Amino acid sequence: MAFFEEFSRELIKGIGKENPTIRLVIGMCPPLAISTSVLNGIGMGLAVIFVLLGSNIIISLLRRYIPSKIRLPIFIGIISTFVTITDLCIEAYFPILHKSLGIFIPLIVVNCIILARAESFASKNPVVLSIADGIGMGIGFSLALILISAVRESLGQGTFAGYSILGEKFDPALVMVMAPGAFFVVGAIIAIFNYMEMKKRWKS
Amino acid sequence: MEKLIFIFFNVALINNFVLSKFLGLCPFLGVSKDFKASISMGIAVTFVMTMASIVTWFFQVYLLDPLKLEFLSTIVFIVVIATFVQFVEMVIAKTSPALQEALGIYLPLITTNCAVLGVSLLNVKENYNLVESIVNGLGGGLGFTLAIVIMAGMRERLEYSNVPEPLKGFPIAFILTGMLALSFFGFQGFFFR
Repeated sequence: MAFFEEFSRELIKGIGKENPTIRLVIGMCPPLAISTSVLNGIGMGLAVIFVLLGSNIIISLLRRYIPSKIRLPIFIGIISTFVTITDLCIEAYFPILHKSLGIFIPLIVVNCIILARAESFASKNPVVLSIADGIGMGIGFSLALILISAVRESLGQGTFAGYSILGEKFDPALVMVMAPGAFFVVGAIIAIFNYMEMKKRWKS
Repeated sequence: MEKLIFIFFNVALINNFVLSKFLGLCPFLGVSKDFKASISMGIAVTFVMTMASIVTWFFQVYLLDPLKLEFLSTIVFIVVIATFVQFVEMVIAKTSPALQEALGIYLPLITTNCAVLGVSLLNVKENYNLVESIVNGLGGGLGFTLAIVIMAGMRERLEYSNVPEPLKGFPIAFILTGMLALSFFGFQGFFFR
């Protein structure tokens, strides 16, 4: 049972209190850039989960054999291999998604979340826990991405995942799907989560 | 020549790397608290982006294209950039202690700056030749410097203003960046009138 508890703790921390996007504010380029529509957000989230899971497993398996002095180039090599696999798969099976995510799929390589998890978790922990960590962090990232893109898409186009939800009369605020809107929405969402956290602290 | 000028202004102002392409946000948010540090970071990024554009262009045209290995460009580029940054660091440490003092910790950080890998990949995607790649890298770097220096100035002013508690730190930085991005929209009427 103790093992199961540890597993679920590693899984949940990435979604809640150590959420990479909203709590730690790392790897912010994709959440800002591709959150113009919910479908983009889901696609990007799945791609990051796959890369994070793959790199965490391989790095955790090899953690005893990687010399610590050259660990960063090795991590980057492993991560970029998985990113290339993802890139080619998305290009082959989802060409439209590939076009709208564009340069941000290869740029998963330099996303701080993945390197941070490799460095601070997978290179020190056994495989099963690294899997939990990878999935948890990936899901936390995806949920944040979906939240941001849901706000931006509904306010900027009046739709959710392509379906109209705010009716005909709604006049979309185009700025929300353009660059400044991304910054405003992300700032507001982080502020709301900070506020909720503070409220919890006042009560206790 | 006209095309070069267009590329330069397009990448530096109209489609600024930070404010409209969302590349290089980590150093932008991390280092923009201090005016002096932001200038050093801007110079370091401009230098590495320009040089990386040149180096990766040669790798793409003389290694990956002839061997039909274009799909490996992500892996090759990131390794080349990491090696190159390491090399620059060593050269600077040997030749100019003053410059090393100024750039010091920022150089290694640049390896994981998505603007550098981004500009290399964009050069390939847009099929730029060598000169166009250099202009693209230089313009992108200068645009980054402009954005980060303006941001640092705004954040220094922010120190004296009364920000609501939940907005302190990152949220207000994001909202400020959004306003900056909004004002950079003004540059869009620049060329095609």
